[in-house]
Amino acid sequence: MTYIFLQQYWWLIVSLLGAILVSLFFVQGGQSVILSLSKKEEDRVKLIGLLGSKWEITFTTLVTFGGAFFASFPLFYSTSFGGAYWAWMLLLLCFVLQAVSYEFQKKKGNLFGSTTYRVFLMINGLLAPILVGVVVGTFFTGANFTVSKEQIYDLSNPIISVWNSPWHGLEALWSSPLNLLLGAVVLFLSRVLAMLYILNRAKNKDFDDAVAKKMKKRLWIYSVLFVFHFLLFLYDLLTMSGYAVNPSTSEIFIEPYKYFHNFLQMPAVSAILLVGVVLVLYGCLRTLFSKKFGSGIWFAGSGAILAVLSLLLVAGWNNTAYYPSLTDPQSSLTIFNSSSSYFTLNTMFYVSLLVPFVIAYIAYTWKVLARKETK
Amino acid sequence: MDILSTSLVDWSRAQFALTAMYHWLFVPLTLGLGIIMSIMESVYVVKKDEKWKKIAKFWMMLFGINFAVGVATGLILEFEFGTNWSNYSWFVGDIFGAPLAIEGIVAFFLEATFISIMYFGWDKVSKRFHLASTWLTVFGATISAYWILVANGWMQNPTGMTFNPDTVRNEMNDFWAVAFNPLSVNKFFHTVLSGWVVGGLFVVGVSAYLMLRAKRLANTEETQDFARKSMWIGAIFGLVATILVCLTGDTSSENVAKYQPMKLAAMEGLYEGKAGAELIGFGIVNPSKQSYNDSVKPVICKVAFPKMLSWLSFGSMDAYVPGIRNIIDGGYTTPDGGTAVSFEDKVAHGKEANEALKNYRIAKKNGDIQEMAKQRAIMDAHFKYFGYSYLENPEQTIPNVPLTFYSFHLMVALGGLFIIVFAVVLWMLYRKKMKPSKWLYLLVFCIPLGYIAGQAGWIVAEVGRQPWTIQDLLPVQAAVSKLDVSSVQTTFWIFASLFTILLAAELTIMVKQIKKGF
Ligand code: HEM
Repeated sequence: MTYIFLQQYWWLIVSLLGAILVSLFFVQGGQSVILSLSKKEEDRVKLIGLLGSKWEITFTTLVTFGGAFFASFPLFYSTSFGGAYWAWMLLLLCFVLQAVSYEFQKKKGNLFGSTTYRVFLMINGLLAPILVGVVVGTFFTGANFTVSKEQIYDLSNPIISVWNSPWHGLEALWSSPLNLLLGAVVLFLSRVLAMLYILNRAKNKDFDDAVAKKMKKRLWIYSVLFVFHFLLFLYDLLTMSGYAVNPSTSEIFIEPYKYFHNFLQMPAVSAILLVGVVLVLYGCLRTLFSKKFGSGIWFAGSGAILAVLSLLLVAGWNNTAYYPSLTDPQSSLTIFNSSSSYFTLNTMFYVSLLVPFVIAYIAYTWKVLARKETK
Repeated sequence: MDILSTSLVDWSRAQFALTAMYHWLFVPLTLGLGIIMSIMESVYVVKKDEKWKKIAKFWMMLFGINFAVGVATGLILEFEFGTNWSNYSWFVGDIFGAPLAIEGIVAFFLEATFISIMYFGWDKVSKRFHLASTWLTVFGATISAYWILVANGWMQNPTGMTFNPDTVRNEMNDFWAVAFNPLSVNKFFHTVLSGWVVGGLFVVGVSAYLMLRAKRLANTEETQDFARKSMWIGAIFGLVATILVCLTGDTSSENVAKYQPMKLAAMEGLYEGKAGAELIGFGIVNPSKQSYNDSVKPVICKVAFPKMLSWLSFGSMDAYVPGIRNIIDGGYTTPDGGTAVSFEDKVAHGKEANEALKNYRIAKKNGDIQEMAKQRAIMDAHFKYFGYSYLENPEQTIPNVPLTFYSFHLMVALGGLFIIVFAVVLWMLYRKKMKPSKWLYLLVFCIPLGYIAGQAGWIVAEVGRQPWTIQDLLPVQAAVSKLDVSSVQTTFWIFASLFTILLAAELTIMVKQIKKGF
């Protein structure tokens, strides 16, 4: 295996983890509707219970995404996390709230009452998708940082990566409309997936018809909002300039229509996007128009994985800088200049072969839990 | 902004310490109680006795309450490497990342997947499948501890890597040397076993409390019986774990002596080295000691065991143990027969390495291959002390002596106490003398002591290695993220309040649940 192959491979794995994370955000979408789901306490408890047996996987995917990013592209880890400090800290805080709330909300003596913990779950349900969307937006729109390895021998100031915005990451919210747009896309996607999930469980008699009817109405609204924002985002993406890298000189330059070109030059990635979008739409539309169909979540969920995967692939593959520096374009991060060594990527390659096995046992246990729940 | 500003470094350290210490309030119980409840469920499956199912479920419920906060603090820790120690993350990412990624892929998913079967699967899967899930949850937690301790061990004894001047970082060249670093392997056993000790103390303490409370519960007889059964398991498990903790602690001391002599000297408050050094059993660090080379006695009112430190550290009563002053001055004979390098010389080596790195990169820019090779050779020759280039005076290499000293002695003393406690409990259970009495409160009182011992251990390991994030290669001030102090202060206080609130909530929930009984 060549070094370049391994760098591409690890970008694929990290992207795949990110894509799986986004589609698992159906948990977050579900959390954000706990209170509006139904007036009946038993319905709310039911939903929390259902999501409660799934959230750990979303959470673990986030942790593994972080670990894999650190392992394969450590310069991103050090530059972005140490720089966009507040964006990441906010994200972490809202996940801390999630981690304790499922367990604490139902227990006596939780000090704040169960409603508080449910509100925590709602906060996580709203904030996590938006923040992830906004942060991933900067993969396309860039951020204000410099990376200078020479700094290491400045004995009084040896820090390599430096952030140049006093907002330390929060500026992503307003620095470019595309970031927020992507935040909205991920938010509505998480809601769409959540509705599909709840409707799926309603087919299995976990919820009654009243809830199902209400959620179907909501599905309409969220689907429309999702499609609208997604199209806007896609338009922005395909018409914007991107940072390209010259593979022989490692020089970074600005290329108009970079992402559009990437889709054209990597037809397989375009196909992934297309199939992904079609699956999401199919999952939504068939659920909306058919009375019997309850498997929309499976179609839309896998479609979401594919669509997000394709977006992350155009951000990093085909000689593209996946983390453009607006301050100093030559500091931009590419999968070549930010990756781990050949040895490490190669070693981890063998570890990554375990991933299908992990996915298999997760799927198996979910199936076991779901099948019997219907009895 | 001055990056060497002690304030930024101190607040970043404080934040990391805060998160790590909170994390270590929850993890030991996960590790220890996890095994105990798995044993209980195994008894249930083998004996097919519903009583044991009830007992196991009770402890599992407490496990679950504790688990959530451990997960939350762990997430923060992982990301804080990047957010607060950015230079460090780059400098070691090539080595450190791999264990973290393996931890995620191999361990966390195991834990996260099977815990849902453990809680939601009782009536949905077979008994054996359920039992396997319980064990897999704990197994996942334990191997995740392994990988993170591999990372920690590497920082204390960096192996299996070379420094690459092109990328300006350490790169792994021997995975197995990293994965089976002797220091990490021992650290794993000492740390995980210390969690088992906490689990044992917890089960014994809570059972004692329930014995006292039984008369106020509807199912008095049953509670007495279940508490006694739990106590048996907790005490046997705890006694074995404590003995093993002390044995592995002995190896820890040898490792420290070998790889981090300054830490050892700080643990014992040893300023002047000697052959046949004594081990202090009790002592007070003399507050009037101002400098490492004044003649003030470092420890007063001490009770010491002659020659035992030499024996503990090097396995020989007459071995020479260097003190803080000797380590700074150098010149003594090291265990491998070499001569110790003084602080001044280490700084000189470090600067040579740093200068050669600079020249190497200039030569590379100019395409001067010969010069590159020459500078690289110089750099490699001096790289061992690279981190010293960032230090200015020898005091910077001395960790906080009182903190390290007291923590070490507290940990060891508590280890001794726990052996006695578990032994007495077992004896009383065996002689059927374990009856509800006020004395049982002593056992409840021992629960926090287990946590204190573990925290003290981490203070020894982490404060004792200051100023190094990576031994001899990267001191804290060259590892930190360039942030405003105020940002770090703000997040520090946010985390401090959030974690404290969560801890308070968890404790009240725990107490409420325990009061309900089995
Ligand atoms: C005779 C008893 C003991 C000895 C000689 C001993 C020795 C040590 C030493 C030398 C270290 C520092 C290791 C390093 O820096 O790499 C350490 C760390 C530690 N100790 Fe102990 N210890 C003993 C008992 C205990 C007990 C009873 C507990 C808790 C129940 C405990 C928990 C820890 C923990 C959590 C650490 C930090 C992790 C590590 O570095 O291994 N120790 N111990």
